Amino acid sequence: MNVSPAVAPYLESFRERRPALPGGSLPWLRQIREAAIAQFRDRGFPGPRDEDWKYTRTAPLERQPFRAATGDPEDAADADVARCAGRVPAGCCRLVFVDGRLSRAHSAFEDPGDGVVVTAMRDALERPPEALRRHFGRYAGREGFPFAALNTAFADDGAFIHLQRRASTPHPVHLLFLSTGREPDVVSHPRVLVIAEVASRALVVEHYAGVGAGSRCFNNAVTEVVLESGACVEHYKVQLEGESTYHIASIEVQQAENSHFTSHLTSLGGRLVRHDINVRMAAPHARCDLQGLYLASGRQHMDFHTRIDHLEPGCTSNEVYKGVLDGRARGVFNGRVLVHPDAQKSDAHQANDNLLLSPHVEIDTKPQLEIHADDVKCSHGATVGQLDESMLFYLRARGIEERSARALLTFGFLEQMLETVPISWLRESLEHGIAGRLPGAADLPGLGDREEATS
Amino acid sequence: MLQIADLHVRVDGKEILKGVDLEVSAGEVHAIMGPNGSGKSTLAHVLAGREGYEVTRGEVRYEGRDLLALAAEERACAGVFLAFQYPVELPGVNNTYFLRAALNAMRRHRGEEEISAMAFMKLVRERLRVLHMDQALLKRPVNVGFSGGEKKRNEIFQMAVLEPRLAILDETDSGLDIDALRDVASGVNALRSAERAMVLVTHYQRLLSHVAPDFVHVLNDGRIVKSGDHKLALHLEEYGYAGVGEEAALS
Amino acid sequence: MAAERNDVEALIERGYEHGFFTDIESDTVAPGLDEDVIRLISRKKQEPEFMLEWRLRAYRHWLTMSEPTWANVTHPPIDFQSISYYSSPKSRDDAPKSLDEVDPKLLETYEKLGIPLHERAALAGVAVDAVFDSVSVATTFKDRLAEEGIVFCSFSEAVRDHPALVERYLGSVVPHTDNFFASLNSAVFTDGSFVYVPKGVRCPMELSTYFRINAANTGQFERTLIIADEGSYVSYLEGCTAPMRDENQLHAAVVELVAHDGAEIKYSTVQNWYPGDEEGRGGIYNFVTKRGECRGDDSKISWTQVETGSAITWKYPSCVLRGRNSIGEFYSVALANLRQQADTGTKMVHIGENTRSTIVSKGISAGRGQNAYRGLVRIEKGAKGARNYTQCDSLLMGDRCGAHTFPYMEVKNPTATVEHEATTSKISEDQLFYCLSRGMSAEDSVSLIVNGFCKEVFKELPMEFAVEAQKLLEVSLEGAVG
Repeated sequence: MNVSPAVAPYLESFRERRPALPGGSLPWLRQIREAAIAQFRDRGFPGPRDEDWKYTRTAPLERQPFRAATGDPEDAADADVARCAGRVPAGCCRLVFVDGRLSRAHSAFEDPGDGVVVTAMRDALERPPEALRRHFGRYAGREGFPFAALNTAFADDGAFIHLQRRASTPHPVHLLFLSTGREPDVVSHPRVLVIAEVASRALVVEHYAGVGAGSRCFNNAVTEVVLESGACVEHYKVQLEGESTYHIASIEVQQAENSHFTSHLTSLGGRLVRHDINVRMAAPHARCDLQGLYLASGRQHMDFHTRIDHLEPGCTSNEVYKGVLDGRARGVFNGRVLVHPDAQKSDAHQANDNLLLSPHVEIDTKPQLEIHADDVKCSHGATVGQLDESMLFYLRARGIEERSARALLTFGFLEQMLETVPISWLRESLEHGIAGRLPGAADLPGLGDREEATS
Repeated sequence: MLQIADLHVRVDGKEILKGVDLEVSAGEVHAIMGPNGSGKSTLAHVLAGREGYEVTRGEVRYEGRDLLALAAEERACAGVFLAFQYPVELPGVNNTYFLRAALNAMRRHRGEEEISAMAFMKLVRERLRVLHMDQALLKRPVNVGFSGGEKKRNEIFQMAVLEPRLAILDETDSGLDIDALRDVASGVNALRSAERAMVLVTHYQRLLSHVAPDFVHVLNDGRIVKSGDHKLALHLEEYGYAGVGEEAALS
Repeated sequence: MAAERNDVEALIERGYEHGFFTDIESDTVAPGLDEDVIRLISRKKQEPEFMLEWRLRAYRHWLTMSEPTWANVTHPPIDFQSISYYSSPKSRDDAPKSLDEVDPKLLETYEKLGIPLHERAALAGVAVDAVFDSVSVATTFKDRLAEEGIVFCSFSEAVRDHPALVERYLGSVVPHTDNFFASLNSAVFTDGSFVYVPKGVRCPMELSTYFRINAANTGQFERTLIIADEGSYVSYLEGCTAPMRDENQLHAAVVELVAHDGAEIKYSTVQNWYPGDEEGRGGIYNFVTKRGECRGDDSKISWTQVETGSAITWKYPSCVLRGRNSIGEFYSVALANLRQQADTGTKMVHIGENTRSTIVSKGISAGRGQNAYRGLVRIEKGAKGARNYTQCDSLLMGDRCGAHTFPYMEVKNPTATVEHEATTSKISEDQLFYCLSRGMSAEDSVSLIVNGFCKEVFKELPMEFAVEAQKLLEVSLEGAVG
């Protein structure tokens, strides 16, 4: 079989690292890794004829192989970690990863709550609990997504979060993944598995940040979330790496009866960014909410692919993605909703709204509905446009000059996606992040300072 | 304060104002009444600087300056305030932040320092009380999910905080229930002063029974066809606009 | 509901009304395709050299292509060598000069189809060009149109009488390399309609063409070319039927429209090819390329289609909006019942400034039908102020059918406004009950509701077509109440 030159270095690296990967001595895990690398080898990087990659080329990723970091994760500067972490209150269980590996010194394994286990993925893979064994790798890479397979083959750290029946996290579990850029061409394969048993409730923040500009790096993340009946998981993903970072990630969700999954994604950083979120509502009356916001400028390329499968009757899905493009940025949205035969009483709504700020941007959006049952309520909408003239006039009639008015309205456009975020420190840091990246926001001091505005 | 002379305005190629003359001095309250389509709202929008209105003839001077040469935000900073007939919703834009940004824009324009957060909140609370407005509205996005009455109160509340020199109220009374009308009227009355002029654009005289105007003008088919004192409004209430038009045609 | 369902199912069972075939001798070329067949077609049609050259170029290009697979349809591979590429009703080598010369059996066929051909045509004010299998058999009202300088004739005649126009415009909207089926059509097309409306002329009547596939194992590859010169207007109607046959038959047409400055073309289609039976046997494969170019400023092209027939429909009438302020419209009703598969939609390519497009698509799925809307709205970099509005609604009748929406929006200009909305619903029990409680039958209720669902599209059709379309929909939906 012909292996492309871009793929070969990863195969070689796998052969080298295989024995040292966590859980290397466990036959079941070895089998999963072997199958995954074979899948990656056969599939290779996505090509131009691949409909799922129609608007996103991974060529810049393929040009040069990435390798694992060699530096000591404990060496990361406290100040960098503190700056990236945001104003996280004390008592939060926090795991900090530096270039893909856990830094114990920077982490705080606070009590995550009764019946809640939070472990580093490396430890969990070395001594896998039964629940991990049952679920690890079962959901990721199903659609032949080559990057998920690559992650499965190499996964060596991340987090394993397990909530027992009726357990709940009193504070959000904060997973901070830092890219230092201190070594060139570093790849990391963060792996997160969340298992929420019957009627449990989890809040998880998966947070990616970069320290300064630094050199090229590649975060290839996979998150698997399993919800048993009546479980409720809110997953917040924040993606703020520097402009030389490639971020490719998939979130795979399996839902049981009456469970409720919420995904909230904020994408502001990275050079080439691709998120895939796949939700399988595999039992009746499940519900999922997917919310996303993105702000891309410069030469950033951001691609969002979501897929929601209504496999059983009575499930509800609601998806809203809002994006702003500036500079020479390019945005891609592909939202797919599938209502399978006999999934009657499905209720699915989807919207994607885009605001274009510069003449050099491009947005490609494609909401898709595929429906095989008749008693359903499904709708989707997509818009591409500009700020509303009457809103602009209203602001100007109150004395706010046009440039600031535009910034304020653009902020408002994205802010709508943050109104429902219940974690105040997270919401604040996102508001700051957005305000700091908006053209014209410099004239609006305090934009994004929530407590000042509402005190 | 405001001199409008022979103002002709076209919208989408159609002449809406056909020579309006009006003079408003500080301390005065003028009511501009007229049937639907007479050009009332066009006049209000032209004064506030909305785009899409083509002034083909005439001029508007405000405190000695050419008002039409100013951009919308410059007019606002110079003290011209328009209370919108249909206040616009601004999703995601916090009401308090918005108001403070507006107030600071005006203060900067006047060379004053920006208002401190504390002083601002004090001012805001005080003004809210007058209008019987729920403080929770401050935390919401501007006008989003507000009832019709709440939106109109919010306009008057903004006027109270921004303290303009010339306030133009475009159909502020339409769609208000009796309580909201009373609150809006008391807000307007509280702002009456010797330095401030107000122009109330309205179809009915219901607001005028709470806010007694010094002058009443009837706008019909793009012209002011009759002017008088507050008794004219009562006359209109009783006999409608039709008679006024005929009278004008005869005279 | 069970009882109602049965009623409805009984209703569905009414047969395909147009499933007769006309017993006339036809002159059919043996199945198979190579350069000799193309030369034969060109020779039979006495074409000038440039036509043959063009056909051969298309054929050679086609050989390098493979069938597209991206559509949401499935069918066994088509054996392009088993199709006969030329079939003409055998009467004489020349096309008939007037209606009197037309085989009366043919005329009978048209009567059955309800085509207003001779006097009825005059009353209806419709000029008709009828394409029977591969050859255009009669064109009415030619003289009346000629007075206005309008050319309305079969494609063959146009090649003979107006070669300069044909050479200038043929392939200028859909090039011979465009796609698999368009290339095949370019190589082998046998006839079709040609319209030229000169500057400033408003065509005084609706122009109409009826297409019918009659002979077995023939493919129909017609080509239509409509040119509206500056400031002109034309409304063109197209109707299609085919007899019932067990095998699938291929129809791969190409339609090209060119609108110059200030011109307007309105193109309406009612397509009712044989859809096959409940088991999916037989039916027409309708693989059609239709594209119009608003070449001039302030021009407008409007497509309206009612697609109720065919086993498979693969069709995306498109507009290339090149001229400034040009307008593209697409109004569609597509029905997939039985085991029909429809993958249809449009492309709106905005190139010029202030170009506008509107897309209204109504998909109805019933039985085991699969109905997909696939559309592309592309705003190119220079299309300042472009606007698109798309509305895409699906109606599902029964739990074994499917409704799918694949809208692509590609926007490269920040001053553009693009809006897409789609909904999926079924006929609600409340709606049905409301109608039933007012004394209507289940069948009437359904057709009433479906008609309401399609109203926005039907109102775009010329009056006599709108009535026909409504009837067609009723017939095609019989028994499909879920």
